[in-house]
Amino acid sequence: MSLTESFRQRTAPQLRVGSRFRALPKSARWSLGALLIAACYLTPYWPDVPVLGWIVNTPGTSFENVLTDQIMMFILVALGLNVVVGFAGLLDLGYVGFYAVGAYTTAVMTSGQFSWPWIAAMPLSILMAMIAGVVLGTPTLRLRGDYLAIVTLGFGEIIRITANNSDWLGGPRGINKIARPPSFGPFEFSVLNAKPYWYLGFTVILIVIFVLSRLENSRVGRAWSAVREDEDAAELMGVNTFKFKLWAFAIGAAIGGLAGALYASKVGFVNPDNFQLQLSILFLAAVVLGGTGSMYGVIMGGILVAWIPERFRGFSTRRYFVFGVVLVLVMVFRPQGIIPRRTAAAGIAEKGDTNV
Amino acid sequence: MSEVLLSVDQVTMQFGGVTALDNVSLHINKGEILGLIGPNGAGKTTCFNVITGVYAPTMGTVSFDNKSLLGLKRFQITKRGIARTFQNIRLFPDMSAVENVMVGIDAHNKTSVVGAILGGPRSRREEKEGRERAHELLKFIGIDDYAEVAARNLPYGHQRRLEIARALGTNPQLLCLDEPAAGFNPAEKQELNELVLKIRDQGYTVLLIEHDMNVVMKISDRIAVLDFGRKIAEGLPEEMRNNPDVIAAYLGVPDDAA
Amino acid sequence: MSNWLIYRTFWDLTVSGIVLGLIYALVALGYTMVYGVLRLINFAHSEIFMVGTFGVLISLTKVFGISLFEDGQYPYRSGLMLVAILVASTVAAMVVSGAGAVVLERTAYRPLRGAGDAYGAVVLAFLTGLIASFLFTDSMMVDLAIAAVITGPLSVVYVRIFRKGRQAPRLAFLISAIGSSMALAEAVATWGPDERVIYKTPRVLEKKVLFNFLGADVRIDYVIVALGAILMMTSLLLFVNRTRLGRGIRAVAQDAETARILGVNVNSVILVTFLLGGAMAGGAAMMFTLVYDQTRFNIGFLLGVKSFTAAVLGGIGNIKGALLGGIVLGLAENYGSAIFGGQWKDVIAFIVLLTVLMFRPTGILGESLGKARV
Repeated sequence: MSLTESFRQRTAPQLRVGSRFRALPKSARWSLGALLIAACYLTPYWPDVPVLGWIVNTPGTSFENVLTDQIMMFILVALGLNVVVGFAGLLDLGYVGFYAVGAYTTAVMTSGQFSWPWIAAMPLSILMAMIAGVVLGTPTLRLRGDYLAIVTLGFGEIIRITANNSDWLGGPRGINKIARPPSFGPFEFSVLNAKPYWYLGFTVILIVIFVLSRLENSRVGRAWSAVREDEDAAELMGVNTFKFKLWAFAIGAAIGGLAGALYASKVGFVNPDNFQLQLSILFLAAVVLGGTGSMYGVIMGGILVAWIPERFRGFSTRRYFVFGVVLVLVMVFRPQGIIPRRTAAAGIAEKGDTNV
Repeated sequence: MSEVLLSVDQVTMQFGGVTALDNVSLHINKGEILGLIGPNGAGKTTCFNVITGVYAPTMGTVSFDNKSLLGLKRFQITKRGIARTFQNIRLFPDMSAVENVMVGIDAHNKTSVVGAILGGPRSRREEKEGRERAHELLKFIGIDDYAEVAARNLPYGHQRRLEIARALGTNPQLLCLDEPAAGFNPAEKQELNELVLKIRDQGYTVLLIEHDMNVVMKISDRIAVLDFGRKIAEGLPEEMRNNPDVIAAYLGVPDDAA
Repeated sequence: MSNWLIYRTFWDLTVSGIVLGLIYALVALGYTMVYGVLRLINFAHSEIFMVGTFGVLISLTKVFGISLFEDGQYPYRSGLMLVAILVASTVAAMVVSGAGAVVLERTAYRPLRGAGDAYGAVVLAFLTGLIASFLFTDSMMVDLAIAAVITGPLSVVYVRIFRKGRQAPRLAFLISAIGSSMALAEAVATWGPDERVIYKTPRVLEKKVLFNFLGADVRIDYVIVALGAILMMTSLLLFVNRTRLGRGIRAVAQDAETARILGVNVNSVILVTFLLGGAMAGGAAMMFTLVYDQTRFNIGFLLGVKSFTAAVLGGIGNIKGALLGGIVLGLAENYGSAIFGGQWKDVIAFIVLLTVLMFRPTGILGESLGKARV
C-alpha cells in the first residue's frame, strides 16, 4: 500500500488541471468554459491556424473527415463504454455490438427496408441499442467479471455474423444510401461538407457529457461506484446491484447505439466489416488509455486512439499492434490512465471475493 | 416481556458435508444489545450471513418484525431494516468517507436514473438531505473531519467506525456488528464500547459478534454462545460467566472433564 | 436440411466433431491451468496457439524445404523421414508456443503482480521504443534500430519502476491480456511472410482413409490427432499429479498465499504453468495444421474463444473437464451446423457457452477452485 501511495504522489501533481479549474471564481470558470466550447466547435478550422494546424493536421486524409468519422465516434463511444467499464466496473468486450445495432437500425429504417426520415430513425436506433443492452445484460450480469467479458465478446460477434448472414440486413454487402440529417439554415449535410456533422456531433457529445455527469454525481453514480468497488458490500448496503448494473449496460448501449447511428448517417453505408471485434478492443483502449472512470480522461483517450493513426501515417496500418502494446504498457505502468478519476487514483477497483 | 425484533428458528446451514450451524434458535429483543460469542469457527459469522441474507439456510427460518426474511434478496433485507459491518473491512475504498455513508443512506432514497438526469426537486432534496445526514452520522461516530478522505486512506480505526456509520446510514432497526473492535488496543476498545452503548441509547437494536469476552460481558444486555455450530447457552452476561459449558467451550476442555 | 441427411452424415459429423473437440481440449488446457493458478482468463492464449501454427509452417517450409505447392505429391509418402518431420514440426510448434507463453507471462502479467523482472522490462522497453519510432518513420529497419538503442536505458528505468512492486487490480490483468493478444496477432499480420492472407500449409501427409466406423471415414490424420491428444493429456496429468513441480502447481492452485509461505516459488510455478499450457497449444497447433492445412494471423481468436468455452463447459481449472468440454463443444458445433447451416457455426458455440454459464456458472464438472484437481 505505501508503495502504491508513493507512486501516486510522484505522478499525480502534473495533472492538477481539474482542481485548479475548480478553484477559479465562478465568472472565470464560465468564461473559460464558454471559450473552450467555442474553440471545440471550431475544430474543423484548426488545421488553418498556425502551429496548431501543424500539430493536428492529418497528412493524406481530410482532417474534417477524420474529425467526424473517427474522433467524434470515438469520443462518444468512449463516453458510453466508460459508463459500463469505468463507472460500474463491468468489462464489456462486445461494445461494438451496440454500435452495430445503432448503425444498422438507422440503415434499415432509412434505406434498407423502410424509408423513415432521419429524425425518426435516430431515437429508434438509440432505443434498439438500449434494448439490446437489456437483452444481453439480463441473463449475463449475474456472471463474474471475467466470464462477463467473454460472453459480451461473443455477443459482439453474434451481431456481426448475424448481419453477415441476413439478407434482410444486406448480408456481406451491407446497406448503402443511408439518410443524412436534414439540412437547416446554413447547415447543409452532404458528402462534400463534413463541418455540420461536427457541429451536430459535438452538440450531442456535450449533451451526453451533461447527462452523464448528472448521473455520476447522483444516487445512481454512487451505486455504480459501490458496485465497482465491492459488489457484495454494495448489495448488503441496500444497493439493488442487478438493477444498477443493468442500467449501466443500457445507458452504455444507448450511447453506443447513438454513436453507431451518427456514424451510419455520416458515411452513408454500413457493412458487417465495419463492426469487427478489433474495434471493441480499440474502444476499450480509448477508455483505459484515457483513464477508466474519468469522463475527461476517456474523451482524451478517444481522441488519441482515433487521431494518432491519422496524424502519424506510419501508425495507421499498424494501429492495432500499437494499441495492443499500449494497452499492456498502460496496465503495467499507469493503470489509472492519462487523466485518472478524480476521487481515486487507483483506476479500476479490485472486486472483492465472493464470500463475505 | 419486551418485543422480539428478530428471531432465528431452528436454522441449519450446511456447506457440502460440513454443518456450520446446527439447529440454532435465538431471538433479539427491541432495544437490546445481544452479544453473540463463541470460539473461532463456532459459526458466528455464518449466523450473521444467514440473518443478512448472504446465505439461504439449509433448514429453518429467520423472521424480522414478525415477517419471514427467507427468499428476500440481500438489498431487500437491508431495506427492511437490518444493516451490518464486516469482520474484514469492506468499505468502498476509492470513495470518500461521506460517499460511503451516502451509499447506505441511498438505500431508502428513490431517485431514479431519469430523475437524476433531469435533476428534479426530489433528486436535489434527497441529495442535500443525504449529505447532511451523512455528515451527522460521521460526527456521531467522531470522524467528520475526514469526510472527504478516500476510505482507503483512513486510519484503520476510522475505517472500522466508518463501516458503522455506513450501516447506520441505511437507517436500520437492527445493527449487526461483526467484531467491530478487532485489532483495537484496550483504550480504543473502551471508546468503541461507549460508541456501541450510545448507538443502543439512540434506539437501535444491536447484534454484536465479539471475540473478546470482556467487551461482550461489559456492554451486552444478553449473550448467546455458539460452539461447533450449536447454541450452547443463552442468558444474562453474569450467567454466562459461570456457565460450565461456556467455560468448557472457551477453554477447550472436553465435556466429561468440565 | 432433412432428417434423412442428418442421419446419413451423423457418424461423419461425430468423428470430425471429436477430432475438432480434441484440438479444442488441448488449447483449453492452457486456459484451464492458467486459470487454476492465477484466477485469470489468459485471453492471449489463443495467440499462443496461433504462433504455434506459424511454427509448424516455418518448420515445414523453411527447415524441411517442403514447398507449398506440392499438394498431392507428398514427397515423403512413408517411412522414418515422414515420422521425423511430423515429430520435429510438433516439437517446433511446442517450442514456439511454449516460449511465446513464457514471454507473455514475463512481459504482460508478471509485472502486474508486482514481481516484474529484467526480462519483462527488456521486452516492454523494446516494444515501447518500437511504437515510439513508428511516430517518426515508416522504415522497419530504422524503427528496429531506434528500438534497439532505446531498449537498454529504458529497461533500466522500467526495472526501477518494477521494484516498487505495485499489485494491479484484477481487471488490469484482463486488459493487459487483451492488449497482448491483439499485439501478437497484429504483429504476425503485419510482419508475417505475407500480409493478412490465409496461408496454406504444406500437406506432408496423404490423408488416407484408414478404416470405416459406422459409415464414417476415419482418416489417418484423425487417428494421429486422437493418439497425440491422448498422449499429451496423459503426460500432462502424470506431470501434474506425480512430479514435484506438478505438486507445486496444485499447491498454488489451491492457495497461492499459503503455498508461498510454505516455500513454493510461486512465480516459477506460474512460469511452468504457462510453459505447459503453451506447449499443449503448440501440440494443438500441429494437429490443427495437419487436419485443416491452413493458418492465418487471426486464426487464434475464434478457436481460442471456443477452447475457452470448452474449458468453461467442462469446469474451468479442471484438466479432465477440458477434454469433456472440448468434445461436447466439437460435437455440438458439428451437429448444429448440419442443422442450421455452416455459417452459424460460431454463433452456436457462443450460444452453448451462454447457456452453460446461465444454468451452470461453474461448468459441467464444476470449477475446481481451491480443490485438489487442477
